[in-house]
Amino acid sequence: MSLLSIKNLTVRFATATGAFTAVDGIDVSVDKGEVLAIVGESGSGKSVSMLAVMGLLPDTATITADEMTFDGRDLLKMTPAERRRLIGREITMIFQEPIASLNPSFTVGFQIEEVLRLNLGLDRRAARARALDLFRAVGIPEPEVKINAYPHQMSGGQCQRVMIAMAIATNPRLLIADEPTTALDVTIQKQILDLLMDLQERYDMALILITHDMGVVAETADRVVVQYKGRKMEEADVLTLFEAPKNPYTRALLSALPENATGDRLPTVADFMASEAVQ
Amino acid sequence: MTIVVEGRALTQDYHVRSGLFSKASTVRAVKGVDFAVERGKTLAIVGESGSGKSTLARIIALIDPQSGGSLKIEGEEVNIARRRLTPQMRSKVQMVFQNPYGSLNPRQKVGDVLMEPLALNTSMPADERRDRAEAMLAKVGLMPEHFNRYPHMFSGGQRQRIAIARALMLNPALLVLDEPVSALDLSVQAQVLNLLADLQEEFNLTYVFISHDLSVVRYIADDVLVLSKGEAVEQGSREALFADPQHPYTRQLFAATPVTDVAAIRARVERRKAARLARQHT
Repeated sequence: MSLLSIKNLTVRFATATGAFTAVDGIDVSVDKGEVLAIVGESGSGKSVSMLAVMGLLPDTATITADEMTFDGRDLLKMTPAERRRLIGREITMIFQEPIASLNPSFTVGFQIEEVLRLNLGLDRRAARARALDLFRAVGIPEPEVKINAYPHQMSGGQCQRVMIAMAIATNPRLLIADEPTTALDVTIQKQILDLLMDLQERYDMALILITHDMGVVAETADRVVVQYKGRKMEEADVLTLFEAPKNPYTRALLSALPENATGDRLPTVADFMASEAVQ
Repeated sequence: MTIVVEGRALTQDYHVRSGLFSKASTVRAVKGVDFAVERGKTLAIVGESGSGKSTLARIIALIDPQSGGSLKIEGEEVNIARRRLTPQMRSKVQMVFQNPYGSLNPRQKVGDVLMEPLALNTSMPADERRDRAEAMLAKVGLMPEHFNRYPHMFSGGQRQRIAIARALMLNPALLVLDEPVSALDLSVQAQVLNLLADLQEEFNLTYVFISHDLSVVRYIADDVLVLSKGEAVEQGSREALFADPQHPYTRQLFAATPVTDVAAIRARVERRKAARLARQHT
């Protein structure tokens, strides 16, 4: 049985010019210990469906789904109190801008200890000890010093490590990472992806990776969902997707990668969609 | 072959104060970089954040004066700290920035964006400026009706087209492109890279292309300069550099760049399966 199961999810936003459908009938499921990548370009609704799971969408959003369950529990029928016990403990999330995700007015130590005290009921001393353990687990150098640092005193890569430490503090069963390395340099991106994969294996967490980067998908995913304009275009295991993509949009995305350029020109998605339409 | 832009031992120092009363210290952001680019060619400058690549781009684009070393544009020595930039020289070098949302004035119509460089740097009459702007709009793949629209009405890719059109209005010899496609989606990135290739061929343009993305560099560059902590650790032709990177930093960059070829993915999937089995047995 899958850990998270979503069927026919639709998310609409009320806008000044009428309703806008950001996610249109998407099915997503992820198994225990599995790495699922959701790929798409801006406007594909790849983040919105996961924000709906987390309950982080604004009031203007209308969420409907035939099914939305986590470990057999129905997320749609849950009371807010039940939901709060689940979100942030069993399902956690990290975001694209690590520096913006942290509160600039408090030390990173205070912020991670707050998570530990609230969610695990640890006292001050135990929280500090656990925070140091987590900092070591995510590879922050000199954890005793860094725990008293403010976010602006750390690099983007280190802030993302702090966010990851916070996200795994409660031993979650599902971690959702929304473009976790987009703001980072390639060498730092590699370190963060290696860290996420290492933690995922060590704690046997499920990981949903939201990304626009086919390279990141190739390096991490077990299974891939490709989204375009709020619809699911294709779902396949990672090898099949790169070896024999079925959907024209997936083929277009893969051939737009500069490393796959065969002639002088890069085929664009528009070229692809046009040639498909002709056939 | 004519050299369009040449830098010799270029350096850039920034004076930073850590506190109100502390003594200023000097940070050398660019530490003596040499390069030369022939007409119609593309030099890619690759590096990570803090490598000094944007600092170098601003020197080459004649926005900031260098602290030391010499810069020649079409054989003519330029140092904007000593002598004011002439309109002729300004016309020769133009720049396209990374963020098309930040580099266009939200209150300026697209037509005015394109005509402004001509109004500032030439004595061209207004109706000719207008004709030129309309023609350029078509060149970069936009429509005549876009002339009177504001930047917010365009997508990121279209805005980057506008920024490129503005840079080309003065018929420059050299275009400095600072991460021009890194804010764009993959499919839009492909369109803009194609456009840049077309324009280069048509106008025999010389590009200095700043990027952190090796797959883009491999596609567009003739020569590559790898910058790390302000130093050019490796430079050479694209073929040589990609076939056999010499410097440890270049190799590190290559190792960190995700690979999308099927053999590599298959190997990773196999490794993961084996690791999973091993865990189950213990």
